[in-house]
Amino acid sequence: MSERATDAPGLNGETPMQRDRAVTIFERSRPGRRAATISEPGVPTRPLDELIPAKLRRERPAELPEVSEPEIVRHYNRISRRNFDLDTGFYPLGSCTMKHNPRLNERVAALPGHARLHPAQRPARAQGALELMWLLGESLSEICGLPHASLQPSAGSHGELAGLLLTRAYHADRGDERTKVLTPDTAHGTNPATVTMAGYEVVKVATDERGGVDVDDLRAKAGDDVACLMLTNPNTLGLFDDNIREIAAIVHDVGGTLYYDGANLNAIMGHSRPGDMGFDIVHVNLHKSFSQPHGGGGPGAGPICVSDRLEPYLPVPRVVKRDGGGNGDAAAPIYDLDHEHPKSIGRLRGFQGNFGVFVRSYAYILSLGGDGLTEASETAVLNANYLRARLSEGAAGRYLPPGYDRACMHEFVLSGRGARKQLGVNTTDIAKRLLDFGFHPPTIYFPLLVEEALMVEPTETETKESLDAFADTIGEILAEAESDPEIARNAPYSTPVRRLDEAAAARRNPVVRQPLS
Amino acid sequence: MTRYTSATDADRAEMLAAIGAASVADLFDEQIPAEVRLGRELELPPGMPETEVYERLRELAGRNADAESELCFIGAGMYDHYAPAIVDAITQRSEFLTPYTPYQPEISQGTLQAMFEFQTAISELMALPVSNAGLYEGPSSVASAGYLAIAATGRRRFVASRGVHPHSRETLASYCAGFDAEVIEVGLEGGLTDAAALTEAIDSDTAAVFLQQPNFLGAVEDVAALAETARAAGALVIVAADPIAAGILRPPGDCGADVALGEGQPLGGRLDFGGPSFGFFCVAQEHIRRMPGRIAGETTDVDGRRGFVLALQTREQHIRREKATHNICTSQQLNALAGVIYLSWLGKRGLVELGELLVQRTAYARERLAAIDGVELLHDAPVVREFALRLDASVDAVLDLCAADGIAAGYGLGREYPEHPDGLLVAITERRTRADIDWLADSLERAVAASREGAETGRGETAGVR
Repeated sequence: MSERATDAPGLNGETPMQRDRAVTIFERSRPGRRAATISEPGVPTRPLDELIPAKLRRERPAELPEVSEPEIVRHYNRISRRNFDLDTGFYPLGSCTMKHNPRLNERVAALPGHARLHPAQRPARAQGALELMWLLGESLSEICGLPHASLQPSAGSHGELAGLLLTRAYHADRGDERTKVLTPDTAHGTNPATVTMAGYEVVKVATDERGGVDVDDLRAKAGDDVACLMLTNPNTLGLFDDNIREIAAIVHDVGGTLYYDGANLNAIMGHSRPGDMGFDIVHVNLHKSFSQPHGGGGPGAGPICVSDRLEPYLPVPRVVKRDGGGNGDAAAPIYDLDHEHPKSIGRLRGFQGNFGVFVRSYAYILSLGGDGLTEASETAVLNANYLRARLSEGAAGRYLPPGYDRACMHEFVLSGRGARKQLGVNTTDIAKRLLDFGFHPPTIYFPLLVEEALMVEPTETETKESLDAFADTIGEILAEAESDPEIARNAPYSTPVRRLDEAAAARRNPVVRQPLS
Repeated sequence: MTRYTSATDADRAEMLAAIGAASVADLFDEQIPAEVRLGRELELPPGMPETEVYERLRELAGRNADAESELCFIGAGMYDHYAPAIVDAITQRSEFLTPYTPYQPEISQGTLQAMFEFQTAISELMALPVSNAGLYEGPSSVASAGYLAIAATGRRRFVASRGVHPHSRETLASYCAGFDAEVIEVGLEGGLTDAAALTEAIDSDTAAVFLQQPNFLGAVEDVAALAETARAAGALVIVAADPIAAGILRPPGDCGADVALGEGQPLGGRLDFGGPSFGFFCVAQEHIRRMPGRIAGETTDVDGRRGFVLALQTREQHIRREKATHNICTSQQLNALAGVIYLSWLGKRGLVELGELLVQRTAYARERLAAIDGVELLHDAPVVREFALRLDASVDAVLDLCAADGIAAGYGLGREYPEHPDGLLVAITERRTRADIDWLADSLERAVAASREGAETGRGETAGVR
């Protein structure tokens, strides 16, 4: 997607894609064009006014585009080429686990038995789907070390809300009023936002000098008003908190629950399990560790696994396995949806969850197996540590040192403080310059704890060659900045558009809609 | 090495040497204390070749009665509409399928522009000026609107019509545990929200009134009239609207709605046993800064080229943390993309033609089915593509008998509407022809007759999972 800026005659130094100014599908509309042809009713018809009174109907049609099929195809193909994507290049976006999306998974998700299965089909006639959900739940339970699963939450953030509503129901059932939820100061922004939505107050726990939870601070803040501690391990610095058992004991001793944000599960599959660390609730991002494509920002899914004490409160309906009579065979099990759980927190969305995502992730688990998942985590950790080692040498080591001087799990954080102070290029400049070289930049300015942070997660997908190419490029960009920092400050040059004025977008009023004539 | 990784033994050796570690196991041992190491293999089957995974998934899929293999008249919020071939062709492109959230706008213009186009289309459809780029799905969007209403009014009481999808009302109730809010339900009269009861239920503590158009029983509500009462009391009006029906019905924005939202699946989405799909969410201008979800905005780059960026991010969790308007960090982008492709495919005239086709076929089906002995209309309010019947027979037994004819005859209302234990909801999409409807009518007639006969002789019920 990234092109060389050109000095070809007549192009004024622009690339062909830069010359191709953005035009929306609405602006391509011409009265009279159309892509869809609609069937005749084929039944005796009646005047519309007899069927739906005029006062309940639209006075004028919605101003949707009028375009032919070839125009739609060309339009969306053209704009698609203005995206960078994982199938094209390295995408080391920290905490997002941009691993390969197997095409097999797309194929099996598209089978009519999955894609055209109505969600209200009665359980007896959707046994394959319910069995798949049961098996996925069992697999996730084994991976997380917690015995009960609900696949219902639609995303990680939704899983977090589920977890805190479970926590609330658990305490309420015991007549225990609690008001606070602890989150580390390195937490993803979703955690505190969820805490507020669940009606709790956020209390931040400090990070110690090794990058883990400050246990003394935790102990000071853990009182009988604490409902829950939300944590990820390894944390957002890519560091495994080796005090985890002590942390769990502190929270459990005051009666709180322990919530595991599964964003970083890809580091530990088959090696360590949140349940064994003492967590009560885990959400799993199927779009991270389990290969569901990110889709430009969804869909994903955020199933949860929980301990025995949280089980009574799980969302409904639940997928259950009953003995006997399935598939015409008296011994085969039957799968069903169970709505009857009086202590349940209730439903968190329509129907059963993001089933299409379940199909893809279950296909991924079958493809890799227990051994393959374990190896995926090993390779992810190997790749991260190798890239970290490569970036600790030369110019990168001088200007972009790791935030913490210890081995990492599946990701690590660099600090661009040196680059900013000594070279006058900040983390944004480095990220933008990477675009010219055909790389997606790491996550930037997160976690907040590390100044000018770049958070790098290579995943197990990448070859040594692509890690080397990235490390070399970072070196080149820094060397270039040593001689001329203006180059990075004005980057990128070759992308379809260059740096954009974000403030201007917010000033436009209304921001989301062009006036339609 | 798995088929999705590439590190050879030689690579590993070189990489470990660069790291200064003796083995990969050492990297784990060094960081994870022994007491929290698993210390055994995962109890999952070993990995399988692609061919075997395909066959296993095909076998599971083969045990589902899908809309390809039987005639589907089930609706209840998700519909078996036809999605054109271009939807899959475009959404399966790597450039749309495999990137993440457009946090680097210079290399994400395709996604950002698609978001902007989606917002424009949805805003036009709902007749409200501001749209986000998508939420999880329908019912959770209803609950999210509750969060907005509390922020906007400072009140914590919701009034919801029983015409709102049961899953939406249940989801709102679940979220209310966190909001410290309560939901009061207003019943239906003749299939429509009981206007007098609604007026009675609304008071000065009411944050919002929730309506659905058409409602869950298929009936087209007079939203404008119902909205007036709510607005007079200072409550927000939140309308869950079907996006296909919105092509011909008076849009929520023209009926006084503050928020219009809904389930996006009908817009080119797969049934997928319930997801993934997307939720859409539009608001009146005054609520823009309280709106959940991502918004794409229009701007220019340093050279003056038109471009798109994520706008108003200061509402969002990654900036505002505990003060954010919501915790959501997805726009269900790929599903929303399918939605805008679908709306472009139908276009200005196609959406109206489709809506009118649905009205005619549904009217035919309604008349045809209501003429059956033992079947009557549950209500006679106007409908678009779904209607409710009352059976003088066991709904479960009838559904079983129709299934034997290869027909999914509809959605039984009994569990969610105990007041209608004999209710059956039937949906007609453009994929259901006159011949299909006639076949349903014949099957239903036989099934109702057989079920009544069976009930007399005590053989009408079959045991087990339905």
